[in-house]
Amino acid sequence: MTALAVEAHRLVKRFEGQRAVDGIDLAVAEGTIHGVLGPNGAGKTTTLRTLLGIIEPDEGWRTVLGDDRPMRAAPRIGYLPEERGLYPSMQAKEAIAFLGALRGMTLADGRRRALDLLEEAGLGEAATKTIRQLSKGMAQTVQLLGTIVHRPRLLVLDEPFSGLDAINQQRLEGLIRAQVAEGATVLFSTHVIAHAERLCERISVIARGRVRFDGTVAEARGRLPQRVQLVTRQADGAWRAALPADAAADGRRFTFALPAGGIEPVLEALIAGDAGIEALSIERPSLHEAFVDLVGEAVPQPDMGELAP
Amino acid sequence: MRQLFASAWVIARRDYGATVFSRIFLLFLLTPVFPVIFGGVFASLGTGEDQAAPRAPLVAIATDAPSARMLVTAHDRLRARLGPDALPDLARQPAADGAGAGERLLAGHDRGYDAVLTGSLDRPHFLLAARGPASLADDVGLIVDTARADRALGAAAPPPIALGTARVAAAPEATARDRTGVAKAGQTGLFIILVMLAGMSLSTFIEEKSNKVIEVLAAAVPVDAIFLGKLASMLGIALTFVGVWSVAIAGGIIAFRPAIVMGLPVPAVGWPVFVALLIAYFVGNYLLLGAVFLGIGSQAGSPREVQVMALPVTMLQLVLYGFASAGVAHPDRWIAIAAAIFPWSSPLAMIARAAELPALWPHLLAMLWQLVWLVLALRVAAGMFRRAVLKSGGGWRWPWMRASR
Repeated sequence: MTALAVEAHRLVKRFEGQRAVDGIDLAVAEGTIHGVLGPNGAGKTTTLRTLLGIIEPDEGWRTVLGDDRPMRAAPRIGYLPEERGLYPSMQAKEAIAFLGALRGMTLADGRRRALDLLEEAGLGEAATKTIRQLSKGMAQTVQLLGTIVHRPRLLVLDEPFSGLDAINQQRLEGLIRAQVAEGATVLFSTHVIAHAERLCERISVIARGRVRFDGTVAEARGRLPQRVQLVTRQADGAWRAALPADAAADGRRFTFALPAGGIEPVLEALIAGDAGIEALSIERPSLHEAFVDLVGEAVPQPDMGELAP
Repeated sequence: MRQLFASAWVIARRDYGATVFSRIFLLFLLTPVFPVIFGGVFASLGTGEDQAAPRAPLVAIATDAPSARMLVTAHDRLRARLGPDALPDLARQPAADGAGAGERLLAGHDRGYDAVLTGSLDRPHFLLAARGPASLADDVGLIVDTARADRALGAAAPPPIALGTARVAAAPEATARDRTGVAKAGQTGLFIILVMLAGMSLSTFIEEKSNKVIEVLAAAVPVDAIFLGKLASMLGIALTFVGVWSVAIAGGIIAFRPAIVMGLPVPAVGWPVFVALLIAYFVGNYLLLGAVFLGIGSQAGSPREVQVMALPVTMLQLVLYGFASAGVAHPDRWIAIAAAIFPWSSPLAMIARAAELPALWPHLLAMLWQLVWLVLALRVAAGMFRRAVLKSGGGWRWPWMRASR
């Protein structure tokens, strides 16, 4: 068992009587990328804020980097809030150095590393520009660099991909992987499943303040039976009895969950009944389907800008 | 504890730099110059018309000729000593004889006499116009008295004496009344500076709230450190402002009018200690008020709410000033003691006390007392912020916040 970077036990947070976080357990192993998935309003942000010590839980406890008071571990944590914010009149390198100073760096060190980071990110010429002069995407990058300037052991990112174009999303994924390669732990929330699917070793699916699933992406998909798509030449026949009762029929096209006994008995019946198989496929359910199933409600499709990798 | 102060320092440094090293701060720093400039401009515009207005009253001397000559001589002599404004102007007229001659003079002349003196030195007759000030009779009486004394003494009258002036270097021992004046001045000066500067701390949180930096701050450092840092930067800005102006004013006085300082009554604790206490109580009062205003301002969701709060907050300061000044005349009465004990009026009350009573130990006590309350106020403000704004801890909220969400 590897050490845990973040551990939460039965966290409860009420807002005006409503339980925004309703007994959440979380365990994030050191050096991994852990995704917190959930629809809007599921309690993701509240969970992260509670873990960071911005708010105290009403019940339960959490340890972050081995400390039960997250504020004490603050110098080793980096946090990118969902609502980004920098002082508009600050220069980019000053903004990064300031964020580093908040986490215990000296301003001089912060400035030096800010210049390196900006150079690496291809924003070298923006170092002395004020945040106000930067584009929104550039300002977001600056804030992200400010989040990692002090080389945090734990990186907490709240919806880090929202508002980024495809290129910048790609860059961010690279940056997250680079941080983990250096030994950091990354915990991020998202409602866009594609990112979690690509990045995460483990995910926690949260809905209505509770953890609905905790495990690997493969396990999440494995929870759902595989789907069978079948197209026959004949529309009907005795072979229909071999199909599961809940098979959805659309003319000669049938969709159903893979039966517990496997596909072979169905195939035998189809061949014996001369149904004429035109197409047959067995598919693993996508994480999206698993997610919808876990959350128990239709998840609004993200717009294409966010879906595109 | 070290983390708290280190974090507060980071916040304070950012706030101070962002405020002081901005162009708008120069305007802020120069603000007190504007009333002076406008005052000067309006005064110079006004002088053209106003110069003739407050003229000395004019008295027609219509006595017999010898009396008139002696009256004018006496008038000149008195005026040489008393200055040009102390006595009415005199205008010699031919002797007015007969019934109603004096009244005609009063009524007739273009320039308008305020009074007419007829008769002689032995039997003067004084007529005062309706608009003439009543004190004119005494002024003219003094001139007549002097003229009569001169006539009686003749050559035996002693010549005017020239008094040599020997200025005493040390100011005389201040009386209780003088010290009350110093007490009031110290209190009022402190209050005016506080009213000008303390209100700023209401709006300091609006910046972080509107640009969402507050979330980054709250995640990285304890809320106590944010409040402490903000308060320290506000104090730094206020001290910069006060420092620049103190140096400018003190420099101006020493360079041009050192006599002003010489004539001031010495406060009971002496000038050096008084000035030190003035600075200390300014800091104390600023921090105490600032902590409360910061707390109130941090609850505001928008600049509009801050604007609405500005008036009640100024009123609050006025009430505290009134409370503290009620005890100035009697520093040992219960109201003065009460004002010194109530933490938010304590600095104002104590600075008055420093002008009036020499004991120093109450000041040490008062400063410790104020420090305790400052820490309490900051903790309460930070706690309220955590609960109501960050929504940490219990579900307690301000009534209007409950309504609006």
